[in-house]
Amino acid sequence: MADRDLLQLDRVVTHIGAYHILHGVDLSVRRGRVTMLLGRNGAGKTTTLRSIMGLWKPRAGAIHFDNARIDALDTPDIARLGIAYVPETMGIFSQLTVQENMKLAATGGRFDPARLDDVFRFFPILKTKWNDRAGLMSGGQKQMLAVARAIVEERRLMIIDEPTKGLAPAVIDQLIACLLELKARDTTILLVEQNFHMARSVGDDVAVMDNGVVVHNGLMADLAADEALQTRLLGLNLGSHQ
Amino acid sequence: MTLDGILSGDRPRSRVLSVLLVAGFLALLGAPFLFPGTKALGVAERICIFIVLAASYDIVLGYTGIVSFAHAMFFGIGAYGEAIALTTLPVGWGAILFGVVAALAVSAVLATAIGFVSLRLRALYFSMMTLALASFALIMATQLRDLTGGEDGLTFSLPRVLTPAFRLLDGPLLGVRMDGRIVTYYLVFLATTLLFLLMLRIVNSPFGRVLQAIRENEFRAQALGFSIVLHRTLAGVIGALMATLAGAMLALVLRYNGPSASMSFEIMVDSILLMTVIGGMGTLYGPMLGAIIIVLAQYYLQPGMAVLSGMFAGLPVLPRLFDPDRWLLWMGGLFVVIVYFFPTGIVGRLRERPANDG
Repeated sequence: MADRDLLQLDRVVTHIGAYHILHGVDLSVRRGRVTMLLGRNGAGKTTTLRSIMGLWKPRAGAIHFDNARIDALDTPDIARLGIAYVPETMGIFSQLTVQENMKLAATGGRFDPARLDDVFRFFPILKTKWNDRAGLMSGGQKQMLAVARAIVEERRLMIIDEPTKGLAPAVIDQLIACLLELKARDTTILLVEQNFHMARSVGDDVAVMDNGVVVHNGLMADLAADEALQTRLLGLNLGSHQ
Repeated sequence: MTLDGILSGDRPRSRVLSVLLVAGFLALLGAPFLFPGTKALGVAERICIFIVLAASYDIVLGYTGIVSFAHAMFFGIGAYGEAIALTTLPVGWGAILFGVVAALAVSAVLATAIGFVSLRLRALYFSMMTLALASFALIMATQLRDLTGGEDGLTFSLPRVLTPAFRLLDGPLLGVRMDGRIVTYYLVFLATTLLFLLMLRIVNSPFGRVLQAIRENEFRAQALGFSIVLHRTLAGVIGALMATLAGAMLALVLRYNGPSASMSFEIMVDSILLMTVIGGMGTLYGPMLGAIIIVLAQYYLQPGMAVLSGMFAGLPVLPRLFDPDRWLLWMGGLFVVIVYFFPTGIVGRLRERPANDG
């Protein structure tokens, strides 16, 4: 594992019940960069993220985080290494208030005031809804809360699964602005995203998955510029999604 | 301290619920004077005890989503702790304290073992495991005759201050003779109030929020760094300890304990589970209301039906319909109606009503 890599997956194999989903995933996430994980539906992107978090245990292969092997650890121990995970389903605790949701994500339930100010600057609506039950918020607001929980304190790695899914363009722009600022602060992010506008806006590196393996590694800018490669890897011309 | 502070910020959030809770609290506070008589006092004592018991089960079922059938076992351990201590040691407060502490220790060890061993299992297997354990405990209670008195149970004496022979005042107060039964009742009432407020504090603490997070989304809570097994085990231990204290109170009130008094499956299903579900899981106030409703029904439905049956004497069908022997039929009907109209329990339903946001 190169020193520049914060996270590395080597030949990771994961089954879900009787289904063999990951067939040997090799993936590197470099420090201080945003790595996009792209691929068709069912390619194994979400399973890869969940395998990293220990929510589904790999049957073979190795996952290293900051040079330490983590694939045998339990999910809470992985999270405590400083890895924040924002799942596709958002995972909001709807019976709790926005404040309570945020407290659960902050170590010891205590907020860093400067960090909280950042959260409110990115997503002002959360300040307004601070004492409201999270279940009463709209889909976009819930997604903001999901991301806010991940950034409420300094993380060593953020793993985000399709944050823009089903959201209105204005909300997507807010999320892009947030991610760009995190990127400017050298935050390491692994991001699964179908929205190419976002992928091209924030991505530094890209890995493309198909049928449970990574079939392409490179720079996001190179993929964005190569329409033939886009069509071959993803079955679409990403330029048309702008 | 403000009311908000006493309730740990967990207000009833419904005017109707507030009225019901205040009425229930005041009725229990003044029970010996409002409803004089041995039976009424016994009912009030039982309501207090089952408020603690059902609320403690709510910490396990309502706040973490674990279906455990071993809760009556912890209730029984509390009752047996008192009964065994007071039959084997010289009668006094020392024996009472020893019985409580010993029972709490046994429950803590058992609940911890159940948690760490069984909570890694899938929910269904965990429930089956607790069912098997509860059956085992019930068999042990009936088989270890030398220790538990077997099927006959144990009858014991209490310190004089808790007996009817003790006179707190020379004359009656508001027409009620102030004896040791009244002292016992207010001891139980005070303990119930303090334990309920303590449970309210626990479920509204950061620990309680984690429990709710786990109940709602186990994977997500794990991904935030919270150990499911550890938190569920802690919740199970807290629930078990509270149930043990409720059992100890039952033994003091009855001055007797046997398998059917504290450890039976009827207590687990017909009382604890129903009180929690009907009142509203995950609210603590729900089990409180559930305990009041179920205990009142258990004691007064049958006599009430006898009165109705007498009133309808001579009419077709109705006297037989209200025959006191059919009380279980009406009890079942009551459950069906409540579950149909209040699928989230009485408190859940009341809190859903937007007009009742007071």
